[in-house]
Amino acid sequence: MSTTANAEPQKRARPGLRLPLAVVSWLQAAPLAVILGVFLVIPLLLIVVVSFWDYDFAMMYPGFYTFNYAETFGSWVTWKTYLNTLKYAAIVWALTLVIGFWVAYFLAFHIRSAAMQTVMFLICTVPFLTSNIIRMISWIPVLGRNGIVNSALVSMGIVREPVEWLLYSDFAVILAMVHLYTLFMVTPIFNSLIRIDRALIEAARDAGASSTQILTNVIIPLAKPGMAIGTIFVVTLVMADFITVLVMSGGQSASVALMMRNQMSLLQYPGAAANAVVLLIVVLMMVAGILRIVDIRKEL
Amino acid sequence: MHGEKRTREFYILAIFFTLFVLFLYGPLSAILILSFQGPRGGLTFPLNGVSLHWFFNLFETQAVGDFGGSMRRSLTLGLMVMIVTVVVSLMAGLAFRRRFLGATVLFYLAIASLVVPSIIVSLGIGVMFQQSGIAPAWFTSAFGAQLTWTLPFGVLIMFAVFNRFSPSYEEAARDLGATSWQTFRYVVLPMIAPSLIGVALFGFTLSYDEFARTLLTAGTYNTLPLEIMAMTTNVTTPVLYALGTVTTVFSFIVIGIALGLIRALNRGRAKG
Repeated sequence: MSTTANAEPQKRARPGLRLPLAVVSWLQAAPLAVILGVFLVIPLLLIVVVSFWDYDFAMMYPGFYTFNYAETFGSWVTWKTYLNTLKYAAIVWALTLVIGFWVAYFLAFHIRSAAMQTVMFLICTVPFLTSNIIRMISWIPVLGRNGIVNSALVSMGIVREPVEWLLYSDFAVILAMVHLYTLFMVTPIFNSLIRIDRALIEAARDAGASSTQILTNVIIPLAKPGMAIGTIFVVTLVMADFITVLVMSGGQSASVALMMRNQMSLLQYPGAAANAVVLLIVVLMMVAGILRIVDIRKEL
Repeated sequence: MHGEKRTREFYILAIFFTLFVLFLYGPLSAILILSFQGPRGGLTFPLNGVSLHWFFNLFETQAVGDFGGSMRRSLTLGLMVMIVTVVVSLMAGLAFRRRFLGATVLFYLAIASLVVPSIIVSLGIGVMFQQSGIAPAWFTSAFGAQLTWTLPFGVLIMFAVFNRFSPSYEEAARDLGATSWQTFRYVVLPMIAPSLIGVALFGFTLSYDEFARTLLTAGTYNTLPLEIMAMTTNVTTPVLYALGTVTTVFSFIVIGIALGLIRALNRGRAKG
């Protein structure tokens, strides 16, 4: 601090030597713009271009054909796969929203000290730091045919034979997704709840509102931006998920991204690209719909 | 809510929270325990003896893959992504404190980067490298692919940090005659340092765990998540769980270091 205290006052008098602020901003924003331009914008444009190309088992042929889209839309499999993916998205969204809200609510309103809140929040965060795939396969010894749940059910005499649908089923896929993605709901909702002015709740109580009324008329409306951000995360993650679907369904269920990955591994890039364009439009429309309800920029 | 007596609501929610934590940790602890299976143990309970057999097995050269090499690549890549994420998000965070032409476009581009499905990014970058005749590699194409996922998080965190940052500290520094670089170096940077470590932690762990964006972009050599994925389809012994235990312990060490650094910084600031 001694150097700044001794600095001559002339420095303030000569701001003209500095770069114009607009240029400074641009220079500061340039690396982000360049990286997103090269690794997001150009690849996305390329996908749109390639989706109109022809291909065979080894090569892609530039041109303008629409049959990749015709195949995508004309196939009954595509529609069924989209329906299945949307089903996952809806169920996982509903579950993560309910679980996420109550966990965040508990942390924000029932834990009194900020230090304790941080500790409990970290407890929820820690499993998130281990590999997703490891977290998925950790369900195998729990849900498997000879897993913990089945052994317990059989030994307690609730079922005679091990339950088969626990693992490698839609149930397993949804369970693993809730396990993987709930934190994306907890964090933004907690962030919204923690910023609610406690005076509002006191005022509501003084005005005679019951706990339920405070919850539905004060807290939930104020938590909506957080819920919206969480929803964007969960919905886009589920729509893009192929690895959970592959591992947890044992390859018996499909999702849009898994269908794309299969095309990619067969080197059918133009077909996969057409699929990607459709998926991208669906996802962006969902996000735009959510953004119409809340302005997330206010949240930051 | 602020009263001294715990309400019934508190106990119901406390039980709910406990169940949630059990749900998060239960399966994970199952594989941690099972990784200590005896040499003849299998993928499920009961434990068939206790040994470190599968850990040794993991570090031996394996038929299926190269655990050491993929771990080294993932670490290097994670550090590269971490450094670039911190620097670029900090700069972007500073830029967005002022209005500038194109700010809104760039903001929505960052948001788009977050919501574009990862497999599409992977496909796009894969095709881009293929078409330009450059072989994809973990340190070029996969590096770029991961940045499209880590940078938006970094930028959003920096937004949140600077929104709560009072400009009066900088005004005070400027009034004392500090140049803009001095203001940044001696006033702003120390105050936001803990958040930068948060961004670094985020960048590293997101990269260390990223699978979908690395799928088509990693080139010849696997990163750790790709290696783990390959193992889940090939390996049917508890060596898989040993791998899980090792990577989990490693993650714990990383956040331990990050939290330690944040504490040390906060303490240093309280003293200074």
